[in-house]
Order: sequence, then structure tokens, then C-alpha cells
Amino acid sequence: MNRPEAMQATHWQLEIRNDIAWLTFDVAGQSANVLSRAALEQFEQHLTNLAERPLKGLIIRSAKPSGFIAGADVREFQEISDPAVAAELARTGQRIFRQLESLPFPSVAAIHGFCLGGGMELALACTYRVLREDPATRLGLPEVRLGIHPGFAGTIRMPLIVGDFIALDLILSGRTVSPKEARAIGLADEIVPERHLLRAAENIVRTNPGARRAPWFKRIPNWKPLRRLVVKYLTKRVAGKAHPDHYPAPYRILELWQQRANEEQEAFSLGELLVSRTSRNLVHVFLIGEDLKRHGRAQAHGIRHVHVIGAGVMGGDIAMWAANKGFRVTLQDQKPEILARALKRAGEFYKKSLKDPRMVQEAMDRLMPDLNGDGLQRADLVIEAIVEKVDAKQALFRDVERRARRDALFASNTSSIPLETIAQGLSDPSRLVGLHFFNPVAKMQLVEIVRGSYSSDEALGRARAFTTALDRLPLDVKSSPGFLVNRILMPYLLEAVKLAEEGVALETIDRAATDFGMPMGPIELGDVVGLDICYSVAQVLAGPLKLDVPALLANLVNEGRLGKKSGRGFYEWDAKGHPQKPKAERNVYAPIAERLILRLLNEAVACLREGVVNQPDAVDAGMVYGTGFAPFLGGPMRYIASLGETGISHSLYRLSQEYGKRFEPDPGWSQTELFRQPSMSDE
Amino acid sequence: MTRVYVVDGARTPFLKARGEPGPFTATDLAVACARPLLARQLFAPEELDEVIVGCVIPAPDEANIARIIALRLGCGKKMPAFTVQRNCASGLQAVANGYERIALGLSHLVLAGGTESMSRAPIQWNLEMNAWLANTMRAKDFLQRLKSILRFRRSHLKPVYSLLLGLTDPLYKMSMGQTAEIVAHRFGISRESQDAYALESHRRLVAAFDAGHMKPEIALLYDNRGGYAAEDNGMRRDSDLGQLAKLRPVFDRKYGVVTSGNSSQITDGAAMLLLASEEAVRRHNLPVLGELLGHEWAGVEPTQMGMGPAHAVARLLTRQRVKMQDLTQMELNEAFAAQVLGCQAAWDNAAYCRDELGLDAPLGSIDPTKLNPEGGAIAAGHPIGASGARLVLHLLHALRRKGGTGVATLCIGGGQGGAMLMRAERSAA
Repeated sequence: MNRPEAMQATHWQLEIRNDIAWLTFDVAGQSANVLSRAALEQFEQHLTNLAERPLKGLIIRSAKPSGFIAGADVREFQEISDPAVAAELARTGQRIFRQLESLPFPSVAAIHGFCLGGGMELALACTYRVLREDPATRLGLPEVRLGIHPGFAGTIRMPLIVGDFIALDLILSGRTVSPKEARAIGLADEIVPERHLLRAAENIVRTNPGARRAPWFKRIPNWKPLRRLVVKYLTKRVAGKAHPDHYPAPYRILELWQQRANEEQEAFSLGELLVSRTSRNLVHVFLIGEDLKRHGRAQAHGIRHVHVIGAGVMGGDIAMWAANKGFRVTLQDQKPEILARALKRAGEFYKKSLKDPRMVQEAMDRLMPDLNGDGLQRADLVIEAIVEKVDAKQALFRDVERRARRDALFASNTSSIPLETIAQGLSDPSRLVGLHFFNPVAKMQLVEIVRGSYSSDEALGRARAFTTALDRLPLDVKSSPGFLVNRILMPYLLEAVKLAEEGVALETIDRAATDFGMPMGPIELGDVVGLDICYSVAQVLAGPLKLDVPALLANLVNEGRLGKKSGRGFYEWDAKGHPQKPKAERNVYAPIAERLILRLLNEAVACLREGVVNQPDAVDAGMVYGTGFAPFLGGPMRYIASLGETGISHSLYRLSQEYGKRFEPDPGWSQTELFRQPSMSDE
Repeated sequence: MTRVYVVDGARTPFLKARGEPGPFTATDLAVACARPLLARQLFAPEELDEVIVGCVIPAPDEANIARIIALRLGCGKKMPAFTVQRNCASGLQAVANGYERIALGLSHLVLAGGTESMSRAPIQWNLEMNAWLANTMRAKDFLQRLKSILRFRRSHLKPVYSLLLGLTDPLYKMSMGQTAEIVAHRFGISRESQDAYALESHRRLVAAFDAGHMKPEIALLYDNRGGYAAEDNGMRRDSDLGQLAKLRPVFDRKYGVVTSGNSSQITDGAAMLLLASEEAVRRHNLPVLGELLGHEWAGVEPTQMGMGPAHAVARLLTRQRVKMQDLTQMELNEAFAAQVLGCQAAWDNAAYCRDELGLDAPLGSIDPTKLNPEGGAIAAGHPIGASGARLVLHLLHALRRKGGTGVATLCIGGGQGGAMLMRAERSAA
């Protein structure tokens, strides 16, 4: 924890000009400011020193182009296992921020870029907050996403400034706000363009108009008789999103508020949460995501123009997303109707997500429908997203290679065809990689970077960097049937169908999975993805993975019951797109979840043994970011580690006795070294 | 002077105005056709030297529309761009400017063309309303303001239609259609011959679309609502003389002969061309569509503005020492059937050629089969700022099929004509 170089490095620069102190935060050796213990301690020394001086004001700002303060040092969290140590850390922060608040002169945080977590709490302790007005500036208290809550008195100061309802909304959801919203809710005193930021900061401490407080009506929810009702209402809303056993933090936040907790209670509660299993797993998930990003940034992608072939849902969405992230995109398909539909979808998405008409226009201008495939010849990256047919893909890439630039990178979005097969006929197969996006592209964070046996390191590096530039997480996987995510998911889905075949109620199956912590039950998931797609992927994987595909699935597909899209699958779907489910039986028969999850875990171990990915962390990243696998468990491998692999393989063996060979433990269970491989962040 | 080539071009399908603002701004239209045009080049948009666009009635938020178009096309912030306005010949003027810049050696690669969203022509407050608004704003106290407010009259709400004004001669206060009526009267062009000409325009355009001749010049136009256009939607496959005969005259309502059926249509559309110097053609290994040889402009009696092409073509052919019968094709913009037929009559008329064109012998009209053989603005529409560029684009593609020399010419509101001479090798394909 006490890295010697961190202790010696200077993280703050102080300059005093005309009776105003300018304290600039600039964490040594990092691109973003985080409030490490060392940085906090240095801040405290500065405050102690400044308090003695006859000053007019203090201006706190960041020297990092990326933003003000990203929050506390999450990596430090991992090293804390004692709740008392965690609570002590919170008390330290609280003490320092109290000192900031009680300086004999006004203070202002001049904020640009992100201002999150501990950084937001620091800003809340300042008398004023002045913001740079641009899309990069975001403020918030996202702690709840790591299974904790603010611990530097953020839960106490936020309601005082913006009112109780807004404060609870921000803390419970962890969402961030734009400068405009920050001003509207009273979080920002002033928002100005970059050119006026420092002038505005200096002006506000000089004029010292008085700190902003939420008006009385925004504090109404805090009246004692109302508090219980407010908590009841919000608890109900939270319960719709997070199970109290899985995610305790939001419930603790409500408790603290209801008790009008003081700083000591906040610190104590944070201490408990920080060392909880949920929080440790959520931090694990967060950090492996960060590691994937870091890995992605290791190389330059050199890509400006992307040519996407195939404007179906996947191709269209990839094109839409790439244009959204600033790439020039040409989208090719054989029929103008299909292109027109893709453009319509993109236009609607941009309007909803970007709002500003000029930004919508810019994104649309970057996305060009291209019936003739004219964009191919100048593209830096060509992504294929046509039908899953070997001949068609091979022919396409042969043609692409003839017409594309010699240094262009080729990618296939195939989910089932081996890359080596597609590469046949390419004179230079080293430039072909798989970029396996998940549906819907705008929501799913993961992209599998599929490594064919011919794929060059350079091509893979560019693909990773491109994925990172799309704000997506690149996960390296070996080209093998189903890659990682679909492969691990398939036995779990098929087991659910099997259970349905055995007569278990559909909603009971789904309920077992969601109680375990999956975001959606397997039956409903199948309906949402489309049973025809599930069936075709199952057939592709059945051979190599020795899977039995239950007849029920084929029957449904043959009857045209394809799921949500056809209005009928396992469930009946109403016009609004909701499945008609009777209430599930409350007491779920235990082996349901066990059968579902154990098959999933068994396949995860098989993937690791076969080297589809080479670390347990990679399995976790794939399943959490690619399927939403219970984040509070940290992913399948983390879950296995918490239960112990021997116990699970015994359970598998027991189930195989009862239900058959499909539960036979993979040989990987006995290879202990598989489970002990270094985590990604240790590389 | 270096030679000037057109290497490629594209236009949108022309969309007939339906009495309400259309789905596209003039900028949208130019971007929609220039974007695929630039995408199929081997050079990047940033490598252009400049962008020149003709536009007659841009929207209030489209000042110097050429620069907006250049930026939206991704030509980069360093791209110089300017807008030209010569009424109905604005698109031709843009091409002419590009031609001159390249001929003088000042530029090598120029994106030039025209665009117009006539359906979105602004409707403005009248001057009294402007004055009243200013007065009310200036009022210093409540009493003054009240006094000003009370001076409001209902006539202040009378809107100013910029499209109608644009289609009216500003000095003679005569609509363009009325100038066509004068030409029809002067040359004795009957209603029947105008209608027959109009019908033939539709028939020819339909035939060209069906034969696939229009494909190389048209870029599909996608809207954001899941639709797209591939053809000019004012083109009629089902019209006949009987239907045309039923239409009432619209300009001289009682006794006139010019109807909406034998006039060009009010439409939205854009056409853009890529002009290149010899050096640019070599450097980027560009395929050549055709070569621009020169252009000429002429002024005529404003109340007979439709005769502009008669004068401009006469000057062009004289200066370039080309005879009418040497031309493979002429694209004479069909603002009105009366005016196209009037120009033809004038070239055959010895007195007109002598007195008005200053020629010793009649120029001679062009073989009607070589005049607008794939139809014209009566069928396709006449988005005023874009038409000049469309004529050049279409003529070059036609000449590419047929081989030879051609003239693109338009009449210009206010009493002018413009004409451009070009040539293309017959393509092997």
C-alpha cells in the first residue's frame, strides 16, 4: 500500500497570487487524478498550512487534461480486508474535507472533465463549484456501482446542496450529470466555457456571494414524518433493480439517510461494505474491465474509415456505433431497403442518445449508405457482418482482398464459423481477425477479439485498439467453436430447455436463474435472442462440444415460435414486448439453479483448459461484460474460487450420476494450476 | 491555360415540392450526392483545393452554403469554399468558376455544383412588420411600448414568399411564366406544340431511366425514416396529351398558353461535379469523364429571359468555331416548353439571327432528336441552383455513351443566358 515512490512524489502544486491560493492536483506518474492515501495526506498538509495565512480564497483545480478527480484509488480497496481499516480511511477523508470546509476563507473547485466519487465529495466540501461546460465534464457519486457508498461525507453534504430526492437519486443510481443538469439541480454555482473557467473561479471567491444550499422545499422529504414513506417508496424502486442479498449498498444508503446518519455512521457503514464479498467482486469486475482497456490501448489502431458489409441488425448497429464514436463509416448491403432501415435505426438512436441536433447530424454525416461498396477501396478496416454461410463469407473476403487497400485490416463478426475457414482463399490471412460484437451493440460492452491461427499480432493489436476506441472492452479469445461467451452460455441455455421439457414451469426456471443473480432467466433470454438463432448456434456447437439439443427447441422453431420477434416463443409476448409470465413458485426446487449454473461453470473450466482464453479473469470478464453474469459474484471463476473447485466438481459428479453424462466434470477441474493463473492486472 | 476535365459527378433524384417544406435542406441534398461521389475517389476529401456551390435561395442558416457543405463532407477545416448566385444558372456558374480556377492554374481539384431546396424557400415578415418589431423592442418604458404595440396592423402579418419573388423579374415585376408567354406569342408557339413537347420530355426521361442510362449519374437519396428515392419523382409515366390539355394556364390565367404541365417543376435537388486539372488527373490517376472547353454568357431582354440560350449558344459557337450541326447533343434547360421551342425558332429565323444575334446567316436549329434526348426539367424538375450542374453532368454521361461535343445551356431569370461547351470520348464499355 505504501509504495515508497508514491510517498515521495508530489501530487499537489501550490501557487499564491494576489492573496489567492491556487492548489493544482497533478498525481505523479498517472494520466488521471485519484485520491490515494498519499495524495490525501499531502492535501491535508497544504490545508493546514494555508489556514494560517491571510488569504482571500482557495482555488482547487486539476492539471490533468482528462479531468478533475476520478475518485478514490480503487486499487487500494483491494488491499483492505479489515472493516476497521476501511472505516479509518473514510474518517481520514472526512477529517480532511471538514478542514477544507472550515477554512477561514472561501474555496472553489474549478472542475473540468470527470469529477467522481471522492473527487465529487472534495468538491462538495468546497464553498463553490465552477464547471467547464462541455460534454466531457461529468459529475457524480458512482460508488454504489462498486458495492459501496460515498464515505467522505458525500451522503451528508449532497442532500444539503441539491435536496434529498435528487441526492438520493444520484447516490442510489450512481449516475453522472452534465454541467447543464448540475447547474439546474444546484450542484454547480456556475458553468462556463473553457476560456472563462479560471476567471470565473477567481471571481466567485473574490465576490464570495455565499454558499448555495437546497431551498426548503427540496428538503421536505427530510421531514421526520415523511422520511419513512420516502424510504418505503425508494426501497420498492431499488428492489426492482437490485436484490438486497446480492447488492446491500443501496439499502444501506437508504438506512443512513433515514437515520440522518452522521459522519461516524457513514464511515462505519462504508467500512463494512468495502470488505464485503459483493464489493470486492464488483471491484474485481471493474478492475478487469480497466485492464482490458489498458491492454487495448497498448497499440495504435490507425483507423479512420471503417467499411461494414452487411446492414442487418448486427452490421447496421456496428456501423451506427462506430460512426457515433467518430469513425467515418461506409455501410454496404445488396438492397437499398436494408440500408434505409439501418439508417433509420441509427437516426433514431442518435436522436435519443446525442439529443443535440448538430451532433446527430455529424454522426449521420459520418455514416454513409453504400450500395455499390465504393467505400471499400479506401477503408482502413473492413468488417464483415453478412449471413453465417461459409461460401458467402469466403467469396466476400476474396473480393474484399482484391479491392481493399493493402494495409487494411479485415474483421469478421462471425459467431460460429472458424476464422481459418473464412481465411481460406485470402492470399494474406494474417490480416484477418474476428471482431465478435454482442447484441445490442449499443449496450453490450464486450467484444471478443478472435485470434485465428494465422492472425498476426499486429492485426490483433489494431483490432483491440479499435475496440477500445469504440468504448468497448476487447477480450482475446482463440478461434474455436462458439469462442468464449456463446460457448459457455449454450449448455446453460440447453439445460434450461431440458428442464422445460421435463415439465418444470418456465417461470420457475427463470426465477431460479435470476435468484442466483443472472440479469434475465435463460428461457426469457432465448426468446429475446430468438430461438432460431439459439437453435442454429446450438447445432453448430453440438458436434464439437458433444451437446444434446433438446427436441423442444427444434419443435418450437419449426412451429415458427421464434421468441419475442414473432410474438411467441417459450412465452407469449405482448404488444409492448413483455413476456406473459405467471408468478413463479416461491420455493424454488433447489437443483434447478444448480443444474443450470453447474453446466455453465463446467464449460467455463473446459474453455480455460483448452486455452480459449488463458486466464480465469478473462472468463470472468467475458461472462460479466458479455452476458451480465451476476457481477456481485465477480464472474464464474471468481465464484468457483469462493466455493472451492473440489466441491463443485463433486457436485458435478453427483449430478452426472443422476442426470447423465452431460454433467461429467471436465478434466480441467483436476488441473489446479488452471485456477491459479496470474490475474490480468498482475501482468 | 491548362485543360480542365470533369472526372466524376453525381446528383440526387429530384423531389417535387408538395406545397410544404421537403425533408431535405439544400445542404443535405448537396451532401447526399457529393458524399458517395467523394467516397468512390482514390483521394481523400481533404485533398480537394476548393469547393464551389451555386444556390439561389439558401435557408437563413445556410450563409455561404458551400462552406457548410465542404465541412459536412469531411473536407477539413482548411477547405476554402464559396457560394455563387446567378439565378437559374447558379450551378453552371459554379462549374464555370471551377473551370476558370483550374484553367488559370490556381487549383487542381475542385468540387463544384449546385443545390436547391425550393420547397424550403423561407417565408419572411414584411418590412412594416420588421419596423414595428424594432420599434416595440426599442421602447424605453411601458407607455412607449404600449403605444408601439397599438400601432400594429393586420397587414403586418402578410408574409413575403421568397420563392415567388425569386421567380419574378425584380424590375419588370413579371413572373417567369409570363416571360414565357411573351416568347410563345412572339414566335407563335401554340399550346398544343408546347404540350406535345412536354409529353415527349417525360417519355424520354422515362425511357432513359428504364434503359439504365441515368444510373451512373444518380446517387440514391436516403431519408431518416426508412425510405429512399432512386428516380425523379415528378416524372410521369402515365401522362397523355388529353390530361395536359385539361390543365389551366397558371401565369396568364385567362388567355395564356403556359401551364404547369408544360413548365419545369418546382423541385428539391442537387448535382455535384469533380473538376480536375491535367496534373491532378495524372497525379491521382483519375478516370476522365469529359473535358470542359469553354463557356459564354449573354444578356437579353428581361421580359423574354427564356431566349437567353439563343444568345449564349450563338456567342459560344462563334467563339469556339463550332457549328450547330457539329454537336452530338445539346442540353437546353426546359424552364418552359415555350422558351425551348422559341430558341429553336430563333436560330432558324434569319431576321432574329441578324438583328438580335448579330449573325450574317442563321445559326440553324439543332436536330430535335439531339436536343434533350433524355428529357429535361419539365419531367425531372428544375431546382434552380442545381440545374446548371445537372445539365453538365448529364451531358457528359450522354456524350460518354455517344462520343462527341455538346452544349449545356440555360435561360436565366432577369434576362440572361449561359452556355458551356464540352466533349467526351466514347467509352469502350
